[in-house]
Amino acid sequence: MTAATERPAAGTDGKNGANLVEVQNLKVYFPIRAGIFKTIQGTVKAVDDITFEVRRGETLGLVGESGCGKSTTGRAMIRLREPTEGTVTFDGTELTTLKSGPLRRLRRRMQIIFQDPYGSLDPRMTVGSIISEPLETHRLAKGPAKQERVAELLKMVGLDPSYVNRYPHEFSGGQRQRIGVARALAVEPEFIVCDEPISALDVSIQAQVLNLLTDLRDRLGLTYLFIAHDLSVVKHISDRVAVMYLGKIVEIGPPDTIYAAPGHPYTRALLSAVPVPDPQRERRRRRVILTGDVPSPANPPSGCRFHTRCWLYEKLGKPENCRTIDPPLREIATDQKAACHYAEDCVKSDVGVAHIDDRPVRHGTPEGALRFAHKSTAELIGEIPEGDIDQALIPSIEEVPAAADDGGDNGSKPN
Amino acid sequence: MEEAVSLELTPDEAARITREQRETKAAKSKYLLEVKNLSTHFFTPDGVVRAVDDVSFELGYGETLGLVGESGCGKSVTALSLTRLVPNPPGKIVAGSVVFDGVDLLKLSDEGMRKLRGKEIGFIFQDPLTSLNPTLTIGYQIAEAIRQHMGLSKKASYDRVVELLAKVGIPRARDRLNDYPHQFSGGMRQRVMIAIALSCDPKLILADEPTTALDVTIQAQILELISVLSDEFGTAVLMITHDLGIAAGMCDRVNVMYAGRIVETGSVDVIFERPRMPYAWGLLDSLPRLDDVRSDRLRTIEGLPPLLINVPDACRFNPRCAYARDACRDHEPELTPREEPGHYARCWATDKGGWIP
Repeated sequence: MTAATERPAAGTDGKNGANLVEVQNLKVYFPIRAGIFKTIQGTVKAVDDITFEVRRGETLGLVGESGCGKSTTGRAMIRLREPTEGTVTFDGTELTTLKSGPLRRLRRRMQIIFQDPYGSLDPRMTVGSIISEPLETHRLAKGPAKQERVAELLKMVGLDPSYVNRYPHEFSGGQRQRIGVARALAVEPEFIVCDEPISALDVSIQAQVLNLLTDLRDRLGLTYLFIAHDLSVVKHISDRVAVMYLGKIVEIGPPDTIYAAPGHPYTRALLSAVPVPDPQRERRRRRVILTGDVPSPANPPSGCRFHTRCWLYEKLGKPENCRTIDPPLREIATDQKAACHYAEDCVKSDVGVAHIDDRPVRHGTPEGALRFAHKSTAELIGEIPEGDIDQALIPSIEEVPAAADDGGDNGSKPN
Repeated sequence: MEEAVSLELTPDEAARITREQRETKAAKSKYLLEVKNLSTHFFTPDGVVRAVDDVSFELGYGETLGLVGESGCGKSVTALSLTRLVPNPPGKIVAGSVVFDGVDLLKLSDEGMRKLRGKEIGFIFQDPLTSLNPTLTIGYQIAEAIRQHMGLSKKASYDRVVELLAKVGIPRARDRLNDYPHQFSGGMRQRVMIAIALSCDPKLILADEPTTALDVTIQAQILELISVLSDEFGTAVLMITHDLGIAAGMCDRVNVMYAGRIVETGSVDVIFERPRMPYAWGLLDSLPRLDDVRSDRLRTIEGLPPLLINVPDACRFNPRCAYARDACRDHEPELTPREEPGHYARCWATDKGGWIP
């Protein structure tokens, strides 16, 4: 377990820290059409007036339940969706009014990794052509240089370069997701929107892809918007976390405060809902179980959108301003903003965090066993690529100092 | 294999035998469900896929047992085998016995099985939208099972439906009887599924990834509902999930499955705190956890699960295991008892005389 603090946080070295993407009052509305004439009967306010920034070199986690507008936000940020209102500024260039030519040139610097590794790769294209397509589009390489670049990219994401002529169906979900990552990296982007990149994968494969994304970020200095539907995944990869509910950002801040002292009751409810793989802690924890479903974004509740399900609203005796005034996102601590009239009361509560602010206990490989790993997994699978990334990909099992073999039965030596 | 038996018995005879079996055997057994050496294979053009391979476990009355593993490990096929719902062809239960409440389900007639499904054993599946019929009202679909199995009149069955819907937390239950599945949200549909599962007071509920399609806050609601209602009705639950957090919170005991085998079994505390199988270590290590200090890298299990065609006599996890030695490649280990009672693991390295203490 490498502590997160070992990586220079965004903003500590000179070039990092400035805003790479700025989102101002972004709104994305979808019309609801009905009837024979398909007249507009209403609007779904998928994203409703959000303002935030992504700093260069950081990973911003964007968390929320389905339908809260997190994917729409991600897509609007690279203009895969046209915003209804508001602006998105990428490295000083205003995106929303950009003409198609300059936009295409700018797209080289921003890419997206999709959730579904099955739907996002063309089944009739080989891996080689999938990865080289962006190179051709942006006229970055051709001929042997292109082949070389594709091989390099495959190695970079931990795939064997000899796979270039295979088709997506020949790969497992995790490998496909690596292909998606290679395609995104092909044009050497600065900013990548990761739209739930590991949600469709199995537990053991999730960790592989998550580690790959972390390694690539650190090595290539990438900036991520990491979209996820629960708070446990983004805790480890994010420098800051934003929580969305019904088209609004309700809380944003560094993980240290978001996970220890959340200022919005919804963040606490989300934290409380995530099951923890520790039976004793599960028995001890007090859950806030939100009642009801997320209201329709076509007809959001008045005032604070969360008040219909809010446990704090109930506890405070249903104060009127929750029903009438939409709370603005305001600073409640250093770098932490929350959109709640009663954020101060919320911070004081221990709801939702009681089970995580304990001393961390992590069960898993017992320390005794670590000394006995006599062969690295990298050796076993032999698909780890050459070059400096292979150091990063070797599991941390090897980082444990070798201890004396206390009489293992077949005499093979620990590393 | 079951046809041979069922051909000889009329439904009445089967029912009589069922009753007799139950009276004699139930007294002896302290388990509601005993699965012994269950093997379900799929006969495909590429070869025989041993999806469930010699799986044995027990489930006590009122107990919640977790079946944990990644996709393709055989956990769902195990559940389907228990109720003989494996699609045939290509699937076939090739060996084993499933004794439910004193009756061997694999020897039961088709008619007897039909009477059992939905009555004694309720189901909650992953995707409520595909498991509900879109063209029938919710009220009809819940009442169907009640009328079939409990012989209530239409009026009485609808009264029970209203009672059930209220119990699973659907507001204005009586007004919603005539609504169709699409008029409900995902969480509400799953509540309807739970109402159907509970409609005939089953002894066992098979919950196959019941919350995987739902959002976290809705998942918390549904899990709470399942655990409250199963306590209230004294129903045993077989909880199939890939989410270790859900297993930790819901289950009394946990079976960890890998590549068609149970690789570790024990009480929930033992499995999560002192697992003795490197696969279980790997699973716990690779989880990004909420209750953990922030770390940049997770330990991973490298590689992929094996194909279940032509499985060699070796530990199935050995190609991905950092602790594997020649012994692991030569023979497959048995499930052997470990320190705590009821804790079994399938691993040479952590067994007596193994190289991990």
